[in-house]
Amino acid sequence: MADKRKKWEDEPEEKVSAGGDDVVAAADAHAELEAEAKKPEPKAEAAPEPKKTKAIKPAAIVAWFQTPADLYKACEALRDAGYKHFDAHTPFPVHGLEVAMGLRPSILGWIVLGGGFTGIVSAFGMQYWMSAVDYPLNISGKPLASWPAWVPIGFELTVLLSAFACFFGMWALNGLPKFFDPVMQHTSFDRASNDRFFISIEAKDAKFGKGRAMLEKLGANDIEEVLP
Amino acid sequence: MSSAATIEKDVQRLPEEQGKKLFGTAATIAALGLAGSAAAFFVDKQRFAHSWLVGFYFLTTIGLGALFFVLIQHLTRAGWSVAPRRHMEWVSGVLPFCALLFVPVAALAHDLYHHWMSAEAMKDPILKGKSGYLNVPFFYGRSVLYFVIWAGIAFWFAKQSADQDAAKKGDTRAFTGRMQGAAAPAILLFALSLTFAAFDWIMSLDPHWFSTIFGVYIFAGSVTSSLAVLAIININLQKQGLLKRVSTIEHRHDIGKLLFGFIVFWAYIGFSQFFLIWYANIPEETIFFKRRLVGEWQYVSYGLLLGHFVLPFLMLLSRHTKRSVTVLRAAAVIMLVMHYIDIYWLVMPSLDVNGAHFTWVDLVCLLGPVGVGMVVVAKRMQSSNLYPINDPRLPEAVKLQNL
Repeated sequence: MADKRKKWEDEPEEKVSAGGDDVVAAADAHAELEAEAKKPEPKAEAAPEPKKTKAIKPAAIVAWFQTPADLYKACEALRDAGYKHFDAHTPFPVHGLEVAMGLRPSILGWIVLGGGFTGIVSAFGMQYWMSAVDYPLNISGKPLASWPAWVPIGFELTVLLSAFACFFGMWALNGLPKFFDPVMQHTSFDRASNDRFFISIEAKDAKFGKGRAMLEKLGANDIEEVLP
Repeated sequence: MSSAATIEKDVQRLPEEQGKKLFGTAATIAALGLAGSAAAFFVDKQRFAHSWLVGFYFLTTIGLGALFFVLIQHLTRAGWSVAPRRHMEWVSGVLPFCALLFVPVAALAHDLYHHWMSAEAMKDPILKGKSGYLNVPFFYGRSVLYFVIWAGIAFWFAKQSADQDAAKKGDTRAFTGRMQGAAAPAILLFALSLTFAAFDWIMSLDPHWFSTIFGVYIFAGSVTSSLAVLAIININLQKQGLLKRVSTIEHRHDIGKLLFGFIVFWAYIGFSQFFLIWYANIPEETIFFKRRLVGEWQYVSYGLLLGHFVLPFLMLLSRHTKRSVTVLRAAAVIMLVMHYIDIYWLVMPSLDVNGAHFTWVDLVCLLGPVGVGMVVVAKRMQSSNLYPINDPRLPEAVKLQNL
């Protein structure tokens, strides 16, 4: 483990050469961007970049951090700077990140409540209509509208529709199913599921223009603009 | 762990002034309740016996729920609940005193259980068939056994936990290991004794009637009410600014989740018991619910459904309300009131056959046991640390966060 960790720490220094091989295989527009980053003084070269990307506007700016703590601090900084459309991509859930990102509580709970309520109302309504209105049947002398007999179905439908509302509501809120997302084009984005902590700022954010400078200030690595 | 230094910042002891104030309140309630109960005994012995059984069983079930909490935390090696476990050790400390409070029930057993204790009962073929279990000496013997088990378990775990507080740093793990090992057999004894005590003291009020799930129903009510007490203790300690790290809003949220879960569990078990009996409609089983679904008792029954389930369910459904001091405390108070009504609903229809009517006797017989329980908890709060200061899982408890 110790060796591996050491390797990670070394990596930022060799990033220029390490990134090179991947770029060759990437799309043409992408390769051009990378070629810019390859040069030893990225800051001096910052100026020509917007010119290159003018033809196709970037969808987002993506970079990574070494540790969850760095990512956490970066999210706090972006939140405090007034960024609204940015996201974090981590290999595992980072406690308290939703606070650092300034995310509001999800409305999923309300969708589930709606599903559950629909379930119980439709179950009781259906059973009332079936056993007391449409096909009245005397069962061991009990009243036609015997609510206790409806409870098991009411319970099941409540749970079923709650679960559906939860599952598909989550899809809808997350924009799923989705087979491609621009941020995946970052050279080393596959490591978001391994050992790196990525941050992305979407182009639709009002402060997108200052994003690169902001990320540089925060010490992000491999800051890349990705195309739609 | 690095948190050791920060844990020291939590106050370990209840400030003396607050302890005295709490003890004063508790002692006043106990004195009023016991004096009133004594008066009630001379005024109406029959009603006193039933009301006292309700009050006594109310306190006992809360103590049993607390004991269950202590055992299950050890059994699951839980890290979050180190401080709440100490609070439940206080509450389970009422169990030895419940043995004393049982004395009036034992003395007046013939007024309560005359259906099967009287000589005429032997003329009834059903009761004659049950007499191998339902007979006077065995009844008393079992009752003694229950209290030996409960007081023994409660005392042993509280003692181990207190000794761990005083132990040297290197020895503390051994205490935790011992308690975890003992929790497994203890919980078996607990489950059996709680079930049979429920059969003996409550179900036998109506000796023809039987329900195999009855013990589980009592268990569900016990855990719900004891978690309500725990929520109130947690909230009040935080309000006094005493526990800022080992018992915080995150721990309160977890207590709220457990309370919510057991509210649903109670409803599930209660409905399961009702549903099968209602559907099968066999006279010897249905009589229990028939009595409770006519006249005034039906309003108590529907009140239980709404107050013990629907209302608190909706109140605690949201994450925000579980974390809110106001809503969680309101729900906890409602659950305690409803637990009393639940026990009342189980016991009193065998006396008030023609309809529910709450009297002053019922009130004083509630205040007596509740006051005694508060005195015990207040004493334990004063004499022990507010959380297990040497528990090896303390750093884990401090780190608790709800996603």
